[in-house]
Amino acid sequence: MNKEEVLKLAKLARIEISSEEAESLAHEFEAILKYVGEIKGARLKGTGGKEKPLLRNVMREDVNPHESGIYTEALLNAAPKRKGQYVSVKKIL
Amino acid sequence: MIDLQKLTIVSAREALKKGDFTARELTQACLDAIKHKDPEVHAFLEVFDDCLEQAEKANINLPLGGIPIALKDNMLVKGKIASAGSKILENYRATYDSTVVKKLKEAGAVIIGRTNCDEFAMGSSTENSAYGPTKNPIDPERVPGGSSGGSAAAVAAGMVLAAFGSDTGGSIRQPAAFTGIVGMKPTYGRVSRSGLIAMASSLDQIGPFAKTVEDAEMLYEVVKGQDPLDSTTLSDSSLANSSDVSFGKHGQNLLGKNGFTIGVPRDFFEGQLDKDVAENFEEAVKKFESLGYKIKNISLPLLKYSLAVYYILMPAEVSSNLARFDGVKYGLHVDGENSIDDYFKTRGAGFGREARRRIILGTYVLSSGYYDAYYGQAVNMKRAITEELRDAFKEVDLILTPSTPTPAFKFGEKSDPLSMYLADIFTVPGNISGCPSASVPSGFSGLPAQAGNLPLGLLLTADLGNEAAIFEAGKDFQK
Repeated sequence: MNKEEVLKLAKLARIEISSEEAESLAHEFEAILKYVGEIKGARLKGTGGKEKPLLRNVMREDVNPHESGIYTEALLNAAPKRKGQYVSVKKIL
Repeated sequence: MIDLQKLTIVSAREALKKGDFTARELTQACLDAIKHKDPEVHAFLEVFDDCLEQAEKANINLPLGGIPIALKDNMLVKGKIASAGSKILENYRATYDSTVVKKLKEAGAVIIGRTNCDEFAMGSSTENSAYGPTKNPIDPERVPGGSSGGSAAAVAAGMVLAAFGSDTGGSIRQPAAFTGIVGMKPTYGRVSRSGLIAMASSLDQIGPFAKTVEDAEMLYEVVKGQDPLDSTTLSDSSLANSSDVSFGKHGQNLLGKNGFTIGVPRDFFEGQLDKDVAENFEEAVKKFESLGYKIKNISLPLLKYSLAVYYILMPAEVSSNLARFDGVKYGLHVDGENSIDDYFKTRGAGFGREARRRIILGTYVLSSGYYDAYYGQAVNMKRAITEELRDAFKEVDLILTPSTPTPAFKFGEKSDPLSMYLADIFTVPGNISGCPSASVPSGFSGLPAQAGNLPLGLLLTADLGNEAAIFEAGKDFQK
């Protein structure tokens, strides 16, 4: 892993980092990836994954909605910028 | 005079009921202790201004009536700041109570304040907190462990009777071991994470810190249970009716001590322990034997891959979970030239070094071309490790290891990330498998320079849903 790759990943992750940080992250990632890479060669017994998993995705019933608007103020107040009943962002197009 | 250093929840409840002191006096004693000790320890990021008011209203007949409890800074309390130890949430006020807080309030607890932690629970020492580290109350030159180091230090220093933390790879159990108290991570799915600021959702679990196993059990009983707001939570009946697993039945049936078997996976930890830790562990094994427990040596060859699996799955989930911090909906906003530049600036400035490191690493392991080699293989290995552990629980009720390879280390000692990550090597399998696991105080190390005063922890891990086995053996061990 080199500095340029790290800068590209940071861009994908929408994080601004300095060139120096990218350089040192590249070194740290080398060591971490070497360590985690040890599982690549590990042999696993085939499990087939047939057993029923204990945890399943549970969707709640689409019923009993809360009264419209009761959380609006609290949530909008948490936004860095708001305009009336909307969260305000810069022009995109 | 209330001796907070000795007082447990159990003894405090008795004293409250007898009228030895009032709930207000107990909370005041905690506030005094915080005022006196916290300038040095720095366990708290905020002490709530309504503590005494809460104490006055507390119904002492409730399970935790009038008991002062601290919360890690990543659990939401309506109207209070919850910053997760990060600058990006420095001024964020929670708009609702987390389920754990709701249950604690219903049980009469007094919520004292929020405790320091590594940013977004990412770390093993609290050195990654944006608000400065917490000191180990046993030795201020050393870390309290992490990420829930503030909660552990607050209990160990006698500033509160109990605290809650979150544990993704050992963040409750490792600081509990480093500060000489009990810390427990329940079965994945037993405690709701609604209102917990997420790090890695397939691994995160909330659990208690306390002085005794008995106290930890009481706290767990209050917060456990299925919650419609966290779809991964398990119902009591799904535990009781499952034919697949032991779920509490196994250990409970065998609690006649003579049938209770503890497995010791020496191949997993041998060669990695400080001499003191190794000696202390052998003494603990002997103590269990003398208490009537059977000890069985077992082999768990896949367990050593747990930490590698963790450092693939966790950053992958971090990169996805922390995508929500965009400077638009809540939290810090740093203005850029345009909309996308707002993201870059906000996230670059708001996230600390470790958070940035893990997000970028997670982006890498999930990226096209590397996904199968890292993430895919880690998911398969996670399943294999879980099966290996579950198979072991057909023969033993508990698995015993030291909680950490060393006692608490010094500030700055683990400056490269990988060496810090290795501090969680024994606790991580509990998160990978979802199994409940607790660190129980096991005496002190005999480091010559420290006159033997650094606490050590013993890690007890049980099968899914079998918290009962941990509590039973833990209480025996603490007697």
